[in-house]
Amino acid sequence: MLTARRLGVGLITLLVVSAVVFLATEVLPGNAAYAVLGRNANPARLHALERQLHLNQGLLSQYWTWLSGLFTGKLGASLANGQPVWGLAEPRLINSAVLVFVTGVIGSVLGVALGAVAALRKDGWFDHISSVAALAVTSLPEFIVAIGLIILFSTVVLHLLPAVSLLPPGVYAWSQPELLILPVATLVIVIVPYIFRMMRAAMIEALESDYVEMARLKGVPEWRIVLRHALPNSIAPTIQVIGLNFLYLAGGVVVVEYVFNYPGIGQGLVFAVSNRDIPVIQFIVVVLAAFYVCVNIASDVIALLATPRRRIPR
Amino acid sequence: MAGAALVTAPVAPPGALAGRHPWLSVLWSAARTPRGAAGLTMALLVAGVAIIGPVVSPHSPNALATLTFAKPSGQFPLGGDFLGRDVLSRVLNGGWLLLLMAVAATAIGIVAGAAAGIAAAYLRGAPDGLIMRTVDVILAFPQLVFALLLLSLVGPKLWLIVLAVGLSHAPAVARVIRSATLDVAERDYVKVAELQGMRPVKVMAKEILPNLITPLMVEAGLRLTYSIVIIAGLAFLGFGQPPPTANWGTMINENRIGLQLNPWAVIAPAVLIALLTIGTNTFTDAVARVTIGVDRRPEEAALLDDLGPEQA
Repeated sequence: MLTARRLGVGLITLLVVSAVVFLATEVLPGNAAYAVLGRNANPARLHALERQLHLNQGLLSQYWTWLSGLFTGKLGASLANGQPVWGLAEPRLINSAVLVFVTGVIGSVLGVALGAVAALRKDGWFDHISSVAALAVTSLPEFIVAIGLIILFSTVVLHLLPAVSLLPPGVYAWSQPELLILPVATLVIVIVPYIFRMMRAAMIEALESDYVEMARLKGVPEWRIVLRHALPNSIAPTIQVIGLNFLYLAGGVVVVEYVFNYPGIGQGLVFAVSNRDIPVIQFIVVVLAAFYVCVNIASDVIALLATPRRRIPR
Repeated sequence: MAGAALVTAPVAPPGALAGRHPWLSVLWSAARTPRGAAGLTMALLVAGVAIIGPVVSPHSPNALATLTFAKPSGQFPLGGDFLGRDVLSRVLNGGWLLLLMAVAATAIGIVAGAAAGIAAAYLRGAPDGLIMRTVDVILAFPQLVFALLLLSLVGPKLWLIVLAVGLSHAPAVARVIRSATLDVAERDYVKVAELQGMRPVKVMAKEILPNLITPLMVEAGLRLTYSIVIIAGLAFLGFGQPPPTANWGTMINENRIGLQLNPWAVIAPAVLIALLTIGTNTFTDAVARVTIGVDRRPEEAALLDDLGPEQA
């Protein structure tokens, strides 16, 4: 019931988001065609572009054409090079998905494990060092982390890994997996501290709870207390933070892909914004926003299912 | 707990509370913790470089004074950049505008977010629904993507960057302030003010706002850190001041092809940005510890207290 409600709200949000993106890019700047052509505008070219962007139709029908195009893959052509948007975006989407997925899995496992260890050894040396390190790293911009890694591993100090990928757009990332290492490492470094902090806090709270006290008094062995009682109860709030970090990745890929010249949608977005390539901007922003909304729903639903006391409706 | 006393102190006579500046003593006690002192030192150090820098810069930041990616020398302690300009002078000149823009964007985000959050929580009903649904929609865009979307419409104007980043902060601030307001709005002194016939706008400004100073301070610190990260990031991506102007974010991008030749052209601005964000974040953490008394950010604490999604 709750889940269905959550899904419904998410769908409506998505629809509104798509309308906002559409209105923002098509209507606000006066005439998009004029904005794109700028100084090169002359009546003939203006008319041609207006037809290409469907600006000569009514607003609602423009929106409808675009929205239905999102589902049928008819997204129009890029203004930068005239190629179909979907053909340009599809390999980029997959590359970014690979990047986000690999980062998310490694980062979550690492964050949960480190957080649990720090909580079990609370106030020990590992706890202190990792907590201070987490605090410092949480605030670092991802391009600074990326540049730091490039300096350490591929230019100034060592020469182990490629500093930027030389993949041309349209090629899939797994054809050269070593190109994934530094972008994934950057994003993992940026997300782990958040997951770590949440896991540590939740685990400490669980370990100090009454049910763990009760289990100890019953003589349950410590490893069993950790695995059966403390861990499951601290995972639920952590899942939400993991969800938040996937959300963060939707924005984080933009900078990291640009730094490493990784051919994903983030890099595509930066190029499109520089070129004012409106059909590409619209598509990528909607995809990122849709990803955002979906992850939000998913993390809420999973957290709901993972929390024993929340399963019973109040 | 000194912090707790400060938070509840204004309860006594409404109106007399504004004179005591409780936020100053919160900042002071945060600055005296080891963490707070470290953070404040780092942030002030970088701010000092950014503000005093233009005055003490040895060369003109835009003069082609040395060789392309020249190694550090006596005359040019940090070497040359990709056009042969003095890196030290560019570093000294490239911070103040970033700092100013970050502060302005934070101010916009805090003011807009606080106004929306207080109004939503205090007025309830239709305004609440409208404001919070708007918040949901803006929150569906990653902050950087939201800024890029706005920039793609009008072009990379500096005021637009500040406005875009500020607006992208507002929804998150609004959420935090809304839940804080829900708590304050139930207090007796608010009820008294209402019974005395105070207008809602005045109740919000005079009775509720002063009691939100603590969460607002923590939010301001967090948002300042994020503003620096996003604005420097946008400059790095090429959406900042137009080319000849020195800017730490831009410097990192334009000089990274020469990392092998003169790494200082990248390391110097990168270290300054890193110190600045670590400094502001660490100090904010100290403020949060003093006021809330836990080692947790407000958003994490909210998750722990109330697991999961808002429920109907």
